[in-house]
Amino acid sequence: MSSGLYSTKKADFDTNLDLTQLKPYGDTMNDGKVQISFTLPVADNEVAVESARLLALKMGLEEPTVAYHGSLDKNFTFFVVYGSLSHTIDYTQVHVEAVDVDVMSMEETDFFIQQNFGRKIKVIGASTGTDAHTVGIDAILNMKGYAGHYGLERYKMIESINLGSQVLNEDFIRKAVEFDADVLLVSQTVTQKNVHIQNLTELVELLEAEGLRKRFLLIIGGPRITHELAKELGADAGFGPGKYADDVASFFCQELLARKQQN
Amino acid sequence: MAELKLDWEKVTKAREAARLIAEDTVNYTQQYTTTTVERSICRLLGIDGVDPMGVPLPNIVVEHLSDKNMLGYGAAYWLGQAAIGLSKDVQELAEMVSNGELDLTQTDPVDPFEIQLWAERKAEETVAQIHHNRLIREGRLREHGDKSGPLLYVIVATGNIYQDIIQAKAAAKQGADVIAVIRTTGQSLLDYVPYGATTEGFGGTMATQENFRLMREALDEIGDELGRYIRLCNYCSGLCMPEIAVMGALERLDVMLNDALYGILFRDINMQRTLIDQSFSRLVNGAAGVIINTGEDNYLTTADAYEEAHTVLASQFINEQFALLAGVPEEQMGLGHAFEMNPELHNAFLYEYAQAQMARQIFPKAPLKYMPPTKFKTGDIFKGHVQDTLFNIVTVISHQRIHLLGMLTEAIHTPFMADRALSIANARYIANSFADFGDDIDFRPGGIMEQRANEVLDLALDLLVNIRRDGLFRTLEEGRFAGIKRPFDGGKGLYGVVSKEEQYINPFIEPLWEESREGSERYHQAKKMMEGARDE
Repeated sequence: MSSGLYSTKKADFDTNLDLTQLKPYGDTMNDGKVQISFTLPVADNEVAVESARLLALKMGLEEPTVAYHGSLDKNFTFFVVYGSLSHTIDYTQVHVEAVDVDVMSMEETDFFIQQNFGRKIKVIGASTGTDAHTVGIDAILNMKGYAGHYGLERYKMIESINLGSQVLNEDFIRKAVEFDADVLLVSQTVTQKNVHIQNLTELVELLEAEGLRKRFLLIIGGPRITHELAKELGADAGFGPGKYADDVASFFCQELLARKQQN
Repeated sequence: MAELKLDWEKVTKAREAARLIAEDTVNYTQQYTTTTVERSICRLLGIDGVDPMGVPLPNIVVEHLSDKNMLGYGAAYWLGQAAIGLSKDVQELAEMVSNGELDLTQTDPVDPFEIQLWAERKAEETVAQIHHNRLIREGRLREHGDKSGPLLYVIVATGNIYQDIIQAKAAAKQGADVIAVIRTTGQSLLDYVPYGATTEGFGGTMATQENFRLMREALDEIGDELGRYIRLCNYCSGLCMPEIAVMGALERLDVMLNDALYGILFRDINMQRTLIDQSFSRLVNGAAGVIINTGEDNYLTTADAYEEAHTVLASQFINEQFALLAGVPEEQMGLGHAFEMNPELHNAFLYEYAQAQMARQIFPKAPLKYMPPTKFKTGDIFKGHVQDTLFNIVTVISHQRIHLLGMLTEAIHTPFMADRALSIANARYIANSFADFGDDIDFRPGGIMEQRANEVLDLALDLLVNIRRDGLFRTLEEGRFAGIKRPFDGGKGLYGVVSKEEQYINPFIEPLWEESREGSERYHQAKKMMEGARDE
C-alpha cells in the first residue's frame, strides 16, 4: 500500500474521550476519521483531484486524502475522500426534541388500552397529497408490520383503517370524522422540494378551520420527518426512520390517557 | 441453462385459467370506450397542441362530444363526418371546436360507409408512421447489434428534461442500455397529458410528447457515438394510459410500463376504466414494437415477497393473456417480478433464485423485467450495495432480460449520477464474473429450490382457479391482490367510461393488429438469421 491511508505516525492527540469535544472515531479515540464521497462537474484530471482535496480542507478535514477518483462522464468526476475532522461538538449541551414515552410491546399496549379506556382506539392512516408511496403507512398499519414489529391491524384493542396513497387532505378529514377516529396517522415518503411541508401545513390548517384540530391526535411519519419538525408544523408527534408500530402505539395511547386525565 | 423440474401440467392449467379470466374481462370491457381512448384516437388522427389556457385539443374535442352525450359513436365518427362535410383536416376541426365555432354533432350527415372509408385512410397514414419508427429502430439495432444478456436499466428523475438528458447521456456512457424517465409524482391522476418541454417536476419529469422527443434525440445521438442502441422507457399508466402509448409510438419509445392491474391497486383508478384503457394502450404498444413492462413487482412492496410470491406468478399469467388479446407478441412482454424478500429470511437467496428461474422457464420468450430490492433498503448504503450485488447475481444466472438496477441510495434520494455509476459498475462486474454460471450448474432434484418453485406454482394455480370462478372484478373487490380492496364502481375515472353505440368506430384496431403481427414476423425472421449466422 502506498496510498498513505495507513498512517504509521504516532498519534499526537489526546486519546481520552471528552464528551465536550466529541468527534468521529476511526480506530483511535479522537482521530476524527471520516469518509465522504461527492461528484464535481469537471473532467477527471490532476486539477480536479487537487480541487477535491482543497474542498475537503474547507470542510474542516485535516490531511484529506483522495482515495479514489473516476470519470462519470467527460465533465463529471466522482471522488472518495478520507480525512480527519477538525470540528467537535459539545455532546453535553445538545438538545433534542424527542418523543418521550415508554415503549410497550403489543400485548402491553392492548392491556394498557383495555385497562384505561375499556374500548378500542380508532386509528386512521393515509399517505396524503400527491405522494404515491405507501411503504411507510403500511409498515405501521398492516397486519404484518415491518422488520419484526407487528402493525396496528394486529393489535386487539386498536381498530384501524388504511386509506392508502394519494389521499386528498379534504377526503382524509371527512373519512376521519365518519370513522370517529381518535388518531390520525399521515405518512409522507417521496418529498422532493419540500412538498411534504406544504401538504402537512395544509392539513393542519384545514383541521383548524373546521374546528377539528383538538378532536384528533395528529401523528406524522416519514424518512424526512422528525419530532421537532412535526411539532413545528402543528402536529402532536413525528416519527422518522427506525420507528415502528409499537413506538407509535405506545405514544398515542399514553398521550390519549394524559389528555383524558386532564379533562 | 440449468432447469428446475416444474409440473408442466399445472403450468398449462394455470395458463388456461388466465386465458378464460382475460377473455371474460375483455368480453365485458369491449362494450365500452373511455374518454382517454377517444383522445388517443384524436391524437392518432392527427390532433395535437393546446388552447390558450393550456388545455390539450384532444381533451377539448372529447369533452365537447361527451357534453353532448355523443361520445359513444367514437370521436372518429364525428371528426370523419365533419372532415368530409366541411373539407377540413382534423387539426382545423379541433381548433374550430376549441374556438366555439363548430359543433361536431351538427354537421350535415354523411353516409356512415364514407366515414368508415375516411377513417381507414387516416388510420393507414398514422400506422405507416408508426411502422416507419419501427424500421428506424430495427435498422439501428441491426447496425449496432443488440446486446445479449440483461439490459441494464436505470432511471433519471430530476424533474427537468434538460437535466435528465445530461444524466441519461452519462449513464449511457457508463454502460446503461435502457433509460427510464420517471414521471412526476401525481401525473398518473391527471386526466390530460401536459404539453411541451417541461422543467419542473416532483420526483420525476412530466411525460409529454416533446419531452419524449427530446430524450429520444439525445439517446440516438449518444448511441451513435457509442455504437449502441440506447432504449428509452416511460410510463403508460394512470388515467391517460393509451394516450401516452400513442405518444410513445410516435416518438419511438422502446419500453413502456403497462400493467393491467397496477392503476387499480396502487392508484385507486376505477377497474373498468383501467381495463378498457389497458386494452387499447397495449394494442398501440404492440404495434409500435414497444416492450411492455408489467408491474407485479409492486405487489411485493406492500405484501410479503415470500408469502405472496404466487400472486406475482398469477398476475404474470393474467398479464400475459391480456397482452395476447391486445396483440402484444411474447417477445414484447416484459413481465415483472422482483427481488424483495426480507434479507433476514433464512435461505432468502435460494428462494429468490428459485422464483426468478421459475419465471424464466414458464415465460421462456418473454423479456422478463426484474426489479431490485427496495423495501428492505434502510439508508445503510454499504449494505444496500451488497443487497444489489446478490440481486445482480440472480438476474444474470437466471437470464433475466430487463435488469432494473438497484441503487445503494434507495430510500434516501432519487439517484445521483455517481449512484448510477456505482450500480452499473456493480452489475457489469457480476455479469462478467457470473456469465456462464447459470448454464454450468444443475439444480438438485427435489431440493429446496425445486420444491419452492413448485409450491409457488401450486398456489398460483389455486388462485387463478378461484379468480376464474369468481371473476376478476370480484377478486379485486375482495382484495386478493396485494391485500388491496377496490370497489367495482369506486376509484378515480369511472366518469370517463362510455357505452359504445352500434355505429361506433375505431379505425385503428385492425391496422394496429396487422402492424403488430408483421413486426413480430420480422423479429422472428431476423432472429433466425442471426442464429443461422452464429451457427455457421
